[in-house]
Formats: sequence, structure tokens, C-alpha cells
Amino acid sequence: MSDRLRTLIDPILVANPVTLQVLGICSALAVTTSLATALVMSAALIFVLTLSSGVISLIRNHIPRSIRLIVQITIIASLVIVVDQMLQAYLFAMSKRLSVFVGLIVSNCIVLGRAEGFAMHNRPGASLLDAIGNGLGYALILAAIGTVRELLGAGTLMGFTVLPTTAHGGWFTPWGLMALPPSAFFLLGLLVWAVRAIRPEQAEPLRESPDVEAPR
Amino acid sequence: MTELLLRAVFTDNLALAYFLGMCTFLAVSRHLETAFGLGLAIIVVETITVPVNHLLFAGMLGPGALAWLGLGDVDLSFLALIASIGVIAATVQILEMVLDRHFPKLYRSLGVYLPLITVNCAILGASLFMIERRYTFYESAVYGFASGVGWALAIWALAALRERVEESRVPQGLRGLGLAFMLTGFMSMGFAVFGGLKFG
Repeated sequence: MSDRLRTLIDPILVANPVTLQVLGICSALAVTTSLATALVMSAALIFVLTLSSGVISLIRNHIPRSIRLIVQITIIASLVIVVDQMLQAYLFAMSKRLSVFVGLIVSNCIVLGRAEGFAMHNRPGASLLDAIGNGLGYALILAAIGTVRELLGAGTLMGFTVLPTTAHGGWFTPWGLMALPPSAFFLLGLLVWAVRAIRPEQAEPLRESPDVEAPR
Repeated sequence: MTELLLRAVFTDNLALAYFLGMCTFLAVSRHLETAFGLGLAIIVVETITVPVNHLLFAGMLGPGALAWLGLGDVDLSFLALIASIGVIAATVQILEMVLDRHFPKLYRSLGVYLPLITVNCAILGASLFMIERRYTFYESAVYGFASGVGWALAIWALAALRERVEESRVPQGLRGLGLAFMLTGFMSMGFAVFGGLKFG
């Protein structure tokens, strides 16, 4: 596998930003009550992540070190405002359902993490690939959790009935818990467990020495 | 007001019902002592930034806020996001300097957590919720304090639980992060039960 391809594929499957690096969890949990919201949120994040990584990588040699965080946050915030306004203009109902979580992409650790950790040291091409890869890795997790929660919580997928519910003369009784916040924690916990069962090297050792992990 | 306070602390808990600040929530909840300091820092910063952001939004950015300049039809609400971040970053910096200068003891115990807070979505989220729900100034002051307390309670409880289960024999893949998610899920269920409370 070439280096280029690896930059793109690695974050999707091997070093997934959500399950391994525990980044961007807030939105991963909050917008997954249905598949549609999860997909729109992923699209918004991929847009912001890709453009911000590209822009920051382009001007990386002109940003003074001492104020780099402020510059990065300003670029990211401007992009997020663009996405937010677009959603309000063209997908108003969806933007109401996503509520504050589109705005919170600003403080999403994946975006700032990739800007600081990758785009500041790499050429624009590689940064774009890395950003798309991380965005897709995030989208994969969101789509998986969104599918399970919508299917079991309402018997639908993207709003179409898959399992006919008893309320409409079918056989399926919706699992109410899946529509509530706790289920997102359980599902993500199970997902992390599954990933680490397949890749034991990602499991945590019994005695952890570092107290505070890298600040985010 | 009491209802707003109790709702923000329990039923609408920022961490457990809205998943805000999860990155820090999971990373800094391994030990009760560190979690305690972070919780306090969150309460302080929330209590300051939410009302300040309210003043800024009501006085400069909201629809019709610039009427005194003769610009009654200007609506700068879209700038709220970037303005809120600026306020939060500035508040954290000023707080750090003030603590360092006048309360060195407190600074040593609280200081290390302050930079972590600038990019914490619980702080930004509270300000955005305040704008979305159109709280008044007093409501936003109460909401800021209460949501900080709610978040702090949640991380203290989780840290205490994680210290308990650290040595437990759980499946290897579940150790650490996986188990923390499960515990948070159960806590989230517990806090949701407060939704049944009836307020005066």
C-alpha cells in the first residue's frame, strides 16, 4: 500500500478517531438518534475538516507559533458558520434537529486535533487525504450507531419503515431505550469492545500509569 | 428559577443528556482528585461565561440589538458562535492570570485544568443553548451555574466509579474506555429518572 493510500485508509479502519483516539465523542453520541441526522452531521464535519486542514496546511509556514491556536480556531469557526447558515437556508428542519451540535463542530476535538497534529506539519495534498480519511472514519461510526438506534428505536431507516411497528398493525415493538441518551453510551461502549476484541493491541493494559492523557 | 436550576443540574445534565464535553469527561475521570479540580474549574468558567455571552448577544449581536445606533434591522446572530469562543478563550486567560497573581494556592490546584476548558464543548454548548432557548440575563446566570454543577457532579461520580472498577476483572477489550462508556450509560439512566420530579 502506498503512503498516500495509507494516509487515507488508516484513520478509517485502523486508527479510527472515535474508537481509538476518543475524539469528537460529543456529537457522535448526540446526533445518532436517526440515520439521517447522523449522515448530515458527518457531511458537515467532513466539509469543515477537509477545508480547514487544507487551508491551515497551505498557510502553515506563515502562522506564528504563539498564536497558531487562535488562527486555527478562527478558520474553523468561519467554516462552521458557513455550514450552519447553509443548513438553516436549505435544510431548515434538519438544522433544528441538529440544534447546537453543528455549532459545536468548532470545539470538536477531531478538527482541531487534525489541524494541530497533522496539517501544521504536512503538505496540503497529504493533509486533505488525512482529513477525508478521519472524516470518513467518524462518519462510519456515526452511521453504524445511527442505524442501530433508528432501527431498534423506531423500526425505520432514513424515515422509511423497515420493521412494521405494532402501532401500525405490524409485529415490532419499538425499543424505547434506543431513542434515549443512555443507549448511545452503551452502543459506543460495545463498539469499542468489539474493535478491541478484533485488535487486541488496542486494549488498555491493566495498570495505567499516565493520569491525564494529552490535553485536548 | 428553581425548576430551571434543578433541570439543568439533573434532567438536562450537559454531560449525561447532551453528551457535551465528553472528550475531557472520559480522559480526566481516571482519578477522583484530578476530576475534582476539573469539575470546580468548569463550574467557575460556566458561571462567568454564560451571562457574559448573554450580555454580548443581547447588546450587540441579536436581532435589533443595534437599534440605538439606528441599525434596527441588522441581525448579527450568525457571529454568535465566533464571539462566544472569543469570550470563553479570553475569560479563561484572564481567570488564569488573576488566579496566578492573587490566589497562587488555588492556581496551583486549578490552573492546569483551565487551558483544557477553552476547547471544551460543555462550555461552548451552554452558551449556545442559552442563545437558542432565549434565556433572560438572570436565567442565563442561573443556567450557567447549574449546568456547571451538573457537569461537575457527573464527572465526580464517574471518577469515583472508575477508581472502584480499575482493578476489576473485566474482558480485556472492555477495560478502560469501554467500561467507562457503560458506566456513563448507567449514570445517564439514573439522572434521567429525575425527569419524573414535579416542581412546585
